[in-house]
Parts: sequence; C-alpha cells; structure tokens
Amino acid sequence: MIFSRTLLRRPSVLPGFDLALGMTLLYLSLIVLVPLSAVFLKTFTATWPQFWETVTSPRVVASYKLTFGASFLAAIVNGVFGLLVAWVLVRYDFFGRRIVDALVDLPFALPTAVAGIVLTGLYSGNGWIGKHLEPLGLKVAYTPIGVFVAMTFIGLPFVVRTVQPILEDLAAELEEASSTLGATRWQTFTKITFPILTPALLTGFALAFARALGEYGSIIFIAGNMPMVSEITPLLIITKLEQYDYVGATSIAVVMLVISFVLLLAINWLQAWTRSRQGK
Amino acid sequence: MSSPTNAPISRTRTEPFWVRALLIGTALVFLSLFLFVPLVSVFVEAFKKGVDVYMASITEPDAVSAIKLTLIAAGISVPLNLVFGVAAAWAIAKFDFRGKNVLLTLIDLPFSVSPVIAGLIYVLVFGLQGWWGEWLIANDYKVIFAVPGIVLATVFITFPFVARELIPLMQAQGQEQEEAARVLGASGWQVFWKVTLPNVKWALLYGVILCNARAMGEFGAVSVVSGHIRGQTNTLPLHIEILYNEYQFAASFAVASLLASLALVTLVLKFIVERRVRQQLAQANDTGVPA
Repeated sequence: MIFSRTLLRRPSVLPGFDLALGMTLLYLSLIVLVPLSAVFLKTFTATWPQFWETVTSPRVVASYKLTFGASFLAAIVNGVFGLLVAWVLVRYDFFGRRIVDALVDLPFALPTAVAGIVLTGLYSGNGWIGKHLEPLGLKVAYTPIGVFVAMTFIGLPFVVRTVQPILEDLAAELEEASSTLGATRWQTFTKITFPILTPALLTGFALAFARALGEYGSIIFIAGNMPMVSEITPLLIITKLEQYDYVGATSIAVVMLVISFVLLLAINWLQAWTRSRQGK
Repeated sequence: MSSPTNAPISRTRTEPFWVRALLIGTALVFLSLFLFVPLVSVFVEAFKKGVDVYMASITEPDAVSAIKLTLIAAGISVPLNLVFGVAAAWAIAKFDFRGKNVLLTLIDLPFSVSPVIAGLIYVLVFGLQGWWGEWLIANDYKVIFAVPGIVLATVFITFPFVARELIPLMQAQGQEQEEAARVLGASGWQVFWKVTLPNVKWALLYGVILCNARAMGEFGAVSVVSGHIRGQTNTLPLHIEILYNEYQFAASFAVASLLASLALVTLVLKFIVERRVRQQLAQANDTGVPA
C-alpha cells in the first residue's frame, strides 16, 4: 500500500505495484546495497591519513597507472576497430558475415578464466602468436602489453554492439543528399555519418573502459603480476585481503568504486545523448 | 520506418571495391587474431595429449565436484535473478513513479563494480572479521570459504541480466493490453500469466541465457569468497586456475574446453533468440504505443 500511495505519479488499474516494488527494493538492498555499504563503513574505521597513505603508496599508484593506462589504450583500440567491425557488418555483404556477427559476442560468453589461459598460451614465447612476436623483440605475455591484450579482448563487443544499431537505423536520405550535393564518400563519412555515430561510439568506449578497469580473471594469467610493473589494482585488493589487511583492501576498493560510479553516471548521460540524437 | 539492411544499397552509399575489400580484410584479420584463433586454440590445447588424457581430466573426482558446484551456483542464482528481474520490470515498465531513474541506475550497479569488489563485500559482511562473522561461527554456519558465499557472489554478479533485457521491451509495449484485460475482468495474476508473460517470453529467455553463461563462468568474485578448497569449494573456472598454476596445461585446457563449449552453445542460442526479441520489439514499436 505504502508505495502506491506515496510514489505513484498517477493511479493505475494494474495491480501488483506494491508487491513488485517491495520485492525489488528488498532484494536490491540485501544483495547489493547493504553489502556494498560495508566497503564504505569498513573504510571509515581508518583515519584519513591511514586511508590516504594506503591509496597513494607507490605500489598502489603504480597499479593505477597500469590499470588506467592499459584500459584507456584498450578502449581506444576497441573504439577504432569496433567502429570498423560495425561498419563492415552493417554495410557490406561477405561470405560468413552472420557467423562473424554472432562470434563478436564471444568475449561476453567466454568465461574470463578461459580467456586468461588461452591468451597467455597464445602470446607466450612458444605460443602461436608469441613465437612470431618475440623474434621482433616484442614480449607480450607477463608484461604490461599482456594486460592491454587481455583488456582489448574483453572489451571488444561493447563498441560494435553500441554502434551497430545506430548505423542500421541511419537514414539513407542523409548520405544520398550529401552525395547529390557533390560530397565525396570520405566527406560524407566525416561530416555526416561520423558525427551521428559519435555519441554511440563514446558510449561504447566508456563501457569498454569501465569493464577493463575492473577486469580480473582474464588479466592475472597473462600479466605476470610483478609489483610496480604488471600488477593491476583489483589484484592488489586480493593481495591485501589475503594478508588480512581488511582496511587496506577496502580503501583501494573505495577508490575504484568511486571511479566506477562516476563512469556509470557518464555512461547514463552518454546513452541519454544517443537517444536524444535519434529522436526517440 | 525503412529497413536499410534489406534495402538495396545505392551506389552513393557504398565504396569502391578496393576500399570495401580493404575494410573487410582489416576487420577480419583483427577478429581472427582476437576471437577465432583463441577459440580454436582452446580445443587444440585440450586434445594435445590425446583423448584419453582429455577424458581423464574431465572425469576425475575434483573436476566432477567442480562441475556440480558450478551447476548448483547457476541453478540457484539464475532462478533468483529471474524472479527479481520480472518483479523489477513489472514495477518499472508498467507504472509511473518517483525515483524510477535512480532505481534503474541501482539495478545496473553490479555491472560497473569490479568482480573482485563483489567478492570483497561479502567477506566484509560474512567473513571472520565481518559484521556477522562471530554470530555465524557461534552458530556453526559457514558462508565465506563455503558454498553459500559462492552462490551469493554469483547472484550479485548476474543480478541485472534478466531485468535489463525485460525493461526496455516492456516499456515499449506499454500497458494498454494489460489494462484492457483488467477491465474485461481478469485478475492480476491472470493478466501477468496470459498477457504480459507471452509478450516478453523471448526477452526473458534471452536474459536467462546471458545470466546463466555469466553465472557458470564467473571467476573474480567467486575466487575471493571460495577459499579454493579442492573438491569442496572449487567451481569450474577456479579448477582451471588451479590446474594451470600446477602446470597441468592439458588438463586445464580440457576443463576450459567445457566452458568454451558452453560459450558456443550460448552464442548459438543467443543468435536464435535475439531475432525473436527484435521481432517482438519491432511489433511493440509498430503498434504505435508511446514508450
């Protein structure tokens, strides 16, 4: 009763609002909100200097640099290739197109531990790919480059899947008008098509970036996990936890959570922008 | 609405042959390196030492117990998140209420939290030093380093899947059909079972498929709460890690190939169901019901 009287903007003939919203709020609180609040409450048991010292210690700062740097580069690569893949899948017909289209979601479906050991196997010195790269002086497995490779893999579908529907809905008239008015294909792409795709492209970029920041399973196998060199921030949380340094673990977790929340808000805003561009 | 994918693409909307070939070629090389080669290599590595080693690796007791635990974790978390997803979608899509956008953001929250943090929060609540740690020990309940912790972490990680598939579709479908059924005398549950559910069944199935794939494959969150006790608290992904760290590569890839097969089945089912979902969504948009 209480929800329908206080929250509903207009009455409805449909029943079940109180039951449905009550269940949702209860379940959300028990599974997500209360446990998440534990991270913040535990961190508050530390003093401010303690907290600050933990989250700015050299080893932790080195892990931020690696995690953010590699996530950013991976998201950029996924932005470029994601746009290319979406374009090719929507605009061109070629043999095996639908299989390729379905396979793009593999990083969503393949468990991260499997991705981790497979990529490590492929890029290590005697792996299928690694044995061609190492003679060139490029070591991938057990270096920061390996972290970047794993992050690129797990973020691959995001840009493709956000750009693809916008590209499918793109009105043919716009490009035809542009062509009639004398623009070349390249001009049409840079002045007409690309600006329309920008919000979706940025959304996909942000989603891939956010996913890479928090990723753990696919990275720890290939990273080598050397302190100060190839150690990602989520791994540091686990290391602290295994040393029973709960406050240390939660302090780093709070930093990561705050960054994730900011990204989540940015993504929501980008998605609203995408929708308003489409006039929906 | 025109459907550009089926319409013949006019010459003004496509590129010269060499540009098309170059773009398709580049995209395929990139996808082969990052998707196709890794997928093939799982199975090649799995069978490297022969079928006997493969069969032995996936039938030894620790592997079987890992399979069982993975099935239990998915078997509990998927139905829980299914019921929650339907309830959340009913409230959000069929009613107009204050705070809806906040609720939508909160439901998506688990997707933006690192899996490691998802495990950490349950250690803080149920672990030895946690809020209920002492009470749990006094009453001889085990949550962390035991099956309940693994189930909880899995529930958290897969929390939004069903809800986020249902909500956009149910919002597009509006509530006219339900209101009509109600006015004609149907009870609330009749409306739900006979009107709403048939309208969203494919999206529901789609959400369940994604939820299940993630539940069976989750590694980071489960790794934090599991304690890695062989034969007791090891799920399939954790079993892969242990074998790999013990340099039992063939066995590790053999177990990994089970999960890779699950991923392939997921992709096939997803491919089939996705088209039905799109049809239902297109229908909802065509009937002109304002979302």
